[in-house]
Amino acid sequence: MRRNQVAVVGAAETTKLGVIPDMSQIQLHADAALNAMADCGLKPSDIDGVATAVESPQQIAHYLGITPSWVDGTSVGGCSFMLHVRHAAAAIEAGLCKTVLITHAESGKSMIGKLPRSIPADSLQGQFEAPYGIYGPPSQFPIPVLRFMKTWGITHEQLAMVAVVQREWAAKNPRATMKDPITVADVLNSRMIAYPFRLLQCCLVTDGGGALIMTSADRAKDFPHKPVYVLGTGESVETPMVSQMESFNSSRAFKVAGPTAFREAGISHSDVDHLMIYDAFAHLPLFGLGDLGFMPYEETGKFIADGNTRPGGKLPLNTNGGGLSYMHSGMYGMYALQESVRQMRGIAPAQVEGAKISVCHGVGGMFAASGTIIFTNEK
Amino acid sequence: MAEPARARPKITPETQHYWDGAKAGELRLQRCDSCAHAYFPPRPFCPKCGSRGVSVFKASGKGTLYSYVINHRPLAPGFTEPHAIAVVELEEGPRMMSNILDCPQTPEALELDMKLEVTFQKIDDNLTLPQFRPAKG
Ligand SMILES: [Zn+2]
Repeated sequence: MRRNQVAVVGAAETTKLGVIPDMSQIQLHADAALNAMADCGLKPSDIDGVATAVESPQQIAHYLGITPSWVDGTSVGGCSFMLHVRHAAAAIEAGLCKTVLITHAESGKSMIGKLPRSIPADSLQGQFEAPYGIYGPPSQFPIPVLRFMKTWGITHEQLAMVAVVQREWAAKNPRATMKDPITVADVLNSRMIAYPFRLLQCCLVTDGGGALIMTSADRAKDFPHKPVYVLGTGESVETPMVSQMESFNSSRAFKVAGPTAFREAGISHSDVDHLMIYDAFAHLPLFGLGDLGFMPYEETGKFIADGNTRPGGKLPLNTNGGGLSYMHSGMYGMYALQESVRQMRGIAPAQVEGAKISVCHGVGGMFAASGTIIFTNEK
Repeated sequence: MAEPARARPKITPETQHYWDGAKAGELRLQRCDSCAHAYFPPRPFCPKCGSRGVSVFKASGKGTLYSYVINHRPLAPGFTEPHAIAVVELEEGPRMMSNILDCPQTPEALELDMKLEVTFQKIDDNLTLPQFRPAKG
């Protein structure tokens, strides 16, 4: 894919985020989609491409009144939307469609109209993991972290600082769910969820959604907002069974998706002004900093603990407060993309002054999948 | 009211030998006849080279503790106390999930790289689950 040929021209989250008991999941999709259409002045009849995850693209297209000529139902967990952006950019560039809507919504807290998710007993995970008591992401996603910490010399205090620093960003964001300052001691004394992770190192459970509208760069300048160009993209999958990852010292899917996007964008790490690393749990930013090649793994804990990613630091990371403090409906990737777009538009609540390049890195299905999108606001 | 039951595997044709082995008190792995790669979970071909020529063999049952969490909540059905969900690195190379039996479920007792050995937990007449415990001696 060539750089800067496709842009995000519409971006919006649901009108409310948090606890939304008066809306079903499909209605949250529609709320986000209509907000994104309003953001760029389009109507359903202007859209000819649809992508979504968990919910089917046929349901979204029908519900919104869209007749697409291109659809993508890639559903690989919370980073599905990074993959949708990548696939949509390729499709637009190839001339398969002109204007793509990507939606996400989840009634993660209120569980209204939420599609069921379970582990089939005859799947490999059902046979070889579920009988040992895995039950939801907290019992699975953190399984690699003790090995990662031992290999790379990461301390519990450094890991706690991930949550502390992200809360500093959340404090600047009126839409963040959790805004009160916290300390390392607060994190390490919060309720135990799955050792070594305590409550404040686990993502929130909320309701909400978001949508993006993408089109070719030559059309993008005719929309109300400054276009946010797709500069580089990457994706990969590894395994839905956390026990079968190649290693716990890194994520193989991260190591493919991230560097692919950097190569495609033709940038180096020092070019990055703003970074989002999907933080369903506190260890993911450490994996991301290492796997994306920002620094050796053994430096990641100290890098965050020393304040380099906090407001005013040299590498602003998870500037909306992240899945730990902003919101997390279950699939967080869309919210990370929204924050990258806001930063590139220059309208983020905690705006990084003069930011020109944003890297948005996602994970899905525990460590099963990964997608990376690099945006820029310069053509 | 009965306690909700632990999640149970539903056996498929390609995994039958593994579960039969567990009932017989054997941890059965597979090895590629072409490239000698030993692997888990069961499948009738080698995930390294794609060969369909593979053999089942009895593993040593020795391993080390690769990583774990101690789950507190939400508790899985059939588990009533904080319990470790561990990944064991087998002597033959593959890794597999397990609980760590006969051991306090604490960070102090569960030391990474500690030596483990297989044990078989009979759930009922139809299911025996391979498990691991600290190695003796
Ligand atoms: Zn082979």
